Amino acid sequence: MRREAGWYALLLPAFLLLSVFYVTPILQVLAISFLEPTPGFSNYERIATNLSVQRVIVTTLRICSITTVLALLLGYALSYTITLASERARRWWLLCVLVPLWISVLVRAFAWVTLLRRQGLINQTLQGAGVISEPLELVWNEFGIIVGMVHYMVPYAVLPMLASMREIEPRLLAAARGMGASRGQVFARVFLPLSMPGVVAAGVLVFIFSLGFYITPAILGGGKTLMVAEWISLQILDLIRWGLGTMMATLLVVTILVTLALFSRVVNMRRLFGGA
Amino acid sequence: MSAALELRGLAKRYGSFVAVEGADLAVERGSFLTLLGPSGSGKTTILMMIAGFTEPSAGQLLLDGQDITALAPEKRAFGMVFQGYALFPHMSVAENIAFPLRVRGQGRAERDEKVRAALDLVQLTGFADRLPKQLSGGQQQRVALARALVFDPALLLLDEPLSALDKKLRAELQEELRALHRRVGRTFINVTHDQEEALSLSDEVAILNHGRIIQKGAPAALYEQPRSRFVADFLGKSNFFRGAVGELGGGWLGVQVAGLRLRQAAEGSRPGLGAEILLSLRPEKIALLGPGDAAENVVEGVISAWSYLGAGFSLVVQTALGVLRVHLPAWRAPFVPEIGAALRLGWAADAATIVDDDDAA
Repeated sequence: MRREAGWYALLLPAFLLLSVFYVTPILQVLAISFLEPTPGFSNYERIATNLSVQRVIVTTLRICSITTVLALLLGYALSYTITLASERARRWWLLCVLVPLWISVLVRAFAWVTLLRRQGLINQTLQGAGVISEPLELVWNEFGIIVGMVHYMVPYAVLPMLASMREIEPRLLAAARGMGASRGQVFARVFLPLSMPGVVAAGVLVFIFSLGFYITPAILGGGKTLMVAEWISLQILDLIRWGLGTMMATLLVVTILVTLALFSRVVNMRRLFGGA
Repeated sequence: MSAALELRGLAKRYGSFVAVEGADLAVERGSFLTLLGPSGSGKTTILMMIAGFTEPSAGQLLLDGQDITALAPEKRAFGMVFQGYALFPHMSVAENIAFPLRVRGQGRAERDEKVRAALDLVQLTGFADRLPKQLSGGQQQRVALARALVFDPALLLLDEPLSALDKKLRAELQEELRALHRRVGRTFINVTHDQEEALSLSDEVAILNHGRIIQKGAPAALYEQPRSRFVADFLGKSNFFRGAVGELGGGWLGVQVAGLRLRQAAEGSRPGLGAEILLSLRPEKIALLGPGDAAENVVEGVISAWSYLGAGFSLVVQTALGVLRVHLPAWRAPFVPEIGAALRLGWAADAATIVDDDDAA
């Protein structure tokens, strides 16, 4: 008992640091959302009544869902290729997946702007080749945001799925073929179900991460398409509507917590699959 | 005699490494064949070539006279029990067993019927809805067997099916496997490094070493008439004497070994006078002689080590022939083993066999 108390004492500095610099501000945000401009639920009523609030929520959920689906599809194909690759090739693949993580998000967003804008590389190439006569609207809209976000998210989708796929015993796949299953059947009936825990984990990770995206949508959305994070910053920094901004921040935190709570139930599914 | 499966010069090379060197083998329909050998002897490679997972470098594979060398594994559809069973962890026992039927597009009713029959066959009725991880090792092994047999394959391939189990369970499942083989009447091909398992299960055993099939035959024939030192040493234990033929009799030889003249039966092979030969003598074929007892070969010795094995004693005896390993039954043994005790040992002229010296590695 005493010894355990000693170990807990070691946790105290970290605990204090977190509660002072992390939990307290969050509680403050929660408090402000109920107190400003007038005490009560007026800020939260806007979710039901205010069109601008509703639009930003719907836009965010739509962009995040599309991003998650695309990142999962691309990430799955990548993870599958990496899993089946030789040891040597696998190292190169992993490097290529991880390199983007080390490049600043700003640099990546601006790189996409250069590629996608009206006089950008893609439009000029297509026009030069005579495929299109007018430049395509590839950036400063939802499309641009999604391109940038998917690019950012693919590594986060790959890593959990790759871990899950590498746990699959290659012998199971051979066994399935030996019992008469075609390559397609082996994938659909054995590989895919066994890799599902990784897909779920990757999906939740990417979705939660996307909800709070700020820089990429701000740059690639060009202020026309607003997602939650940018909208909050707009309310607080430009319009000085603290109550509305903190309400949306609280909503964001609650959404993430609820998603995580649901996910923790799915983690049990992982054991069910025998992956753990 | 109809061979269900025939291997003709089947070989596998990885670069300059020869895993299997031209294997010729005919497996009779309904028989139980075991490929026995130490690790790295090529036995698993042969099995994988039969299953279609490994492509042979040379040679042919014939099933009922049809060449299947180029056929993909899913087209051959042999039943297979993998090492470690390879049960699908996300499927229940019933789903696992139904898998081969499902991928063949069989209907639900038919599937359920066959799964039930397969579960009965391996005595796992009532386990249909369990997940593999909820089963013991022996039960998983039976699920793997049921899954391999449910689609009525022409051939059942077993890759070290009992190696993951403890000794007692292994013995039980050996009996079950043998009974199962009799019940289903299919051709079974088993791979193992366990000589006891090979002897007790099989109708025929092929012994492999360094990628070559050294000898093939019924278990008793292999044990009693090993052709070479490797076979004698790998299948059970043996004492070896090197000697020169010093006398030729009718049906027997006089062999000069370390100053002693041994009388050795010799049918078939007749080495000439003065030829160097190697004799293999099983430890249990040596008898303890009382003071007045006679035998065709007699040697005196002193016990240098011994152990009690329950059913018998294992003795290490220093003799004029060198170190002899002797097994004697323990029940009503006429002596108490003791280090330093003197013994008279004897064996008949036909107890030992003349073997090729292939320098057992």
